[in-house]
Amino acid sequence: MIVALAVLAGLLYACGVYLLLQRTLTRIIIGLVLLGHGANVLLLVAGGRSGAAPFGGAELVGRVSDPLPQALALTAMVITFGVTALLLTLAYRSWQLTADDEVEDDIEDRRLARLAELAPDRGPTGVPVGDETDGVTV
Amino acid sequence: MTLPIVLPLLAAGLSMVLHRRLTAQRLLSVLTVTAVLAAAGTLTVLVDRRGPQVARMGAWPADIGITLVADRLATIVLAVSAAMVLAVLVYAIGSPAARDDARHFHPVYLVLTAGVAISFLTGDLFNLFVGFEVMLTASYVLITLGGSREQVRAAMSYVVISLVASMLFLTAVAFTYAATGTVNLADLALRLDAIDPEVRRALGLLFLVVFGIKAAIFPLFFWLPDSYPTAPAPVTAIFAGLLTKVGVYAIIRTQTLLFPSSGASRLLLFVAAATMLIGVLGAIAQNDVKRILSFHIVSQIGYMVFGLALFSLAGLAATIFYIAHHIVVKTTLFLVAGLIEHREGTGALDRLGGLLRRTPLIAGLFLVTGLSLAGIPPFSGFIAKLALVQAGVDAGTYAVVAVSLVVSLLTLYSITKIWAGVFWGDPEVGPFAPASAGGPAPARPAAPPLPLLMVLPTIALVAVSVAIVVAASPLWGLSERAAADLLNTVPYVEAVLR
Repeated sequence: MIVALAVLAGLLYACGVYLLLQRTLTRIIIGLVLLGHGANVLLLVAGGRSGAAPFGGAELVGRVSDPLPQALALTAMVITFGVTALLLTLAYRSWQLTADDEVEDDIEDRRLARLAELAPDRGPTGVPVGDETDGVTV
Repeated sequence: MTLPIVLPLLAAGLSMVLHRRLTAQRLLSVLTVTAVLAAAGTLTVLVDRRGPQVARMGAWPADIGITLVADRLATIVLAVSAAMVLAVLVYAIGSPAARDDARHFHPVYLVLTAGVAISFLTGDLFNLFVGFEVMLTASYVLITLGGSREQVRAAMSYVVISLVASMLFLTAVAFTYAATGTVNLADLALRLDAIDPEVRRALGLLFLVVFGIKAAIFPLFFWLPDSYPTAPAPVTAIFAGLLTKVGVYAIIRTQTLLFPSSGASRLLLFVAAATMLIGVLGAIAQNDVKRILSFHIVSQIGYMVFGLALFSLAGLAATIFYIAHHIVVKTTLFLVAGLIEHREGTGALDRLGGLLRRTPLIAGLFLVTGLSLAGIPPFSGFIAKLALVQAGVDAGTYAVVAVSLVVSLLTLYSITKIWAGVFWGDPEVGPFAPASAGGPAPARPAAPPLPLLMVLPTIALVAVSVAIVVAASPLWGLSERAAADLLNTVPYVEAVLR
């Protein structure tokens, strides 16, 4: 059972990382969700072999599951859930603003790209004024 | 002791209910944060007199339940942070750009305060994760409060990077639990000695990477200079002052308590030198006040890691002193940058100029904090850097000491760049003057007056940074005692597990 769970966690991590490296926001978010699932499975595996349900007050016979990782996983799940909701709203807002699902280049990247296009033979003094505020006004 | 955590959380809920009454929200926030500051200050004195204080949530034993531990390091940073939170809060109320009238600003700001307090006071690895998440989730909301395109773009990468770090953190916690069967820091300090040294080293590195992303050390700093400057000035100020420092705190806590090394750590020394150098070089290349200051954060983190890397009493004490000084100075610098933006409507160096004549007050405030950041005597940065350099020389790490001195010079250079660009000269005749400046210069719109509530907190913080110099001797003594606690973990462990 532990081996199966460990393989599952590995798979989730692999898929999560793969999706995270994509350029579209929805895939990145799904990737993060998968990573979160992987981490939660890993937390459960960290608790060792499974056993009877660890209810307080009940008669505990034989092997009992470790309750602590379950509590940790539960907390982590709630957190991941909340942050995912926030990310989705952000992605929606980003789509509203740009009508596109792709991650934009940052200011430095854009400036470098423009520099390379505009003035391949000029020094960095060729930076046009106004670059910094690109897209700030909406 | 739970007050710094519980108070802001309760107030955040209340503030949510009061969302239509801005004045009530503001009053509530200020009162709460003042109470947190008072509690943190009292706790600092108490802990310094009586040693580490422990609170067990729900009276569960330490290895099962959640423990809060206040030792000297935690209370020092908590008290300094609380002071910053209060100053920035007043500044945000005064500043029109801060959008503190947005319905969710005050509740979220209080939650951020609680998250920072949890992260500092927790004695439990998983609870540290929760504290980080509380703090970060609040910061995601604060950074996107404007909802403009640039903010959403910057926030997206900020959120994704932070989340990846959080997932790594969770993974590291799972591995730690699998290896040792506990997530309590004090318990871990004992049990980690018993496990396979290779596993232990892997765990140590994993935690260094996780907290390294949060603290923005080389090579994991890339997200910071991109995301911080887009937020309104007060929000950037509180991020710059607190968030990365929580990461540094976590690095110090885990590296000294869980993975202590017996001498200077070569990896950390390299990381420290690279962080200092790359950060300041990035700052030199920038053209916007807030972006320059953001790169400075990275560079300054390098100094803190340097002191930690030495693993000596003097080094750790210097790091603690440096953190206290840095939180104050960095927050102030961003507040001053906010004043400049409020006055002139931009933070771009090539469009500013001549502010020295028009607002000598801002110039004076910037001069004191800027020189302090660069480490010019007699300001607080000088004492912090002197202590670090002495500790470095004592440990024989001359190369890193040399790097830190060069970086100091470069920091001074980029501070002068801001000074020359913003306060000297004439905005209309620079090489980057707008194209329309060919004819008679367009009439400058009358600069908006500076609200008193923006100026007062900034002056207060400058006064605090000067007070650090005046009170340097007792503060240094406190830093040294805190550092001694970090090197001798027995009282900490005993207080928790007793």
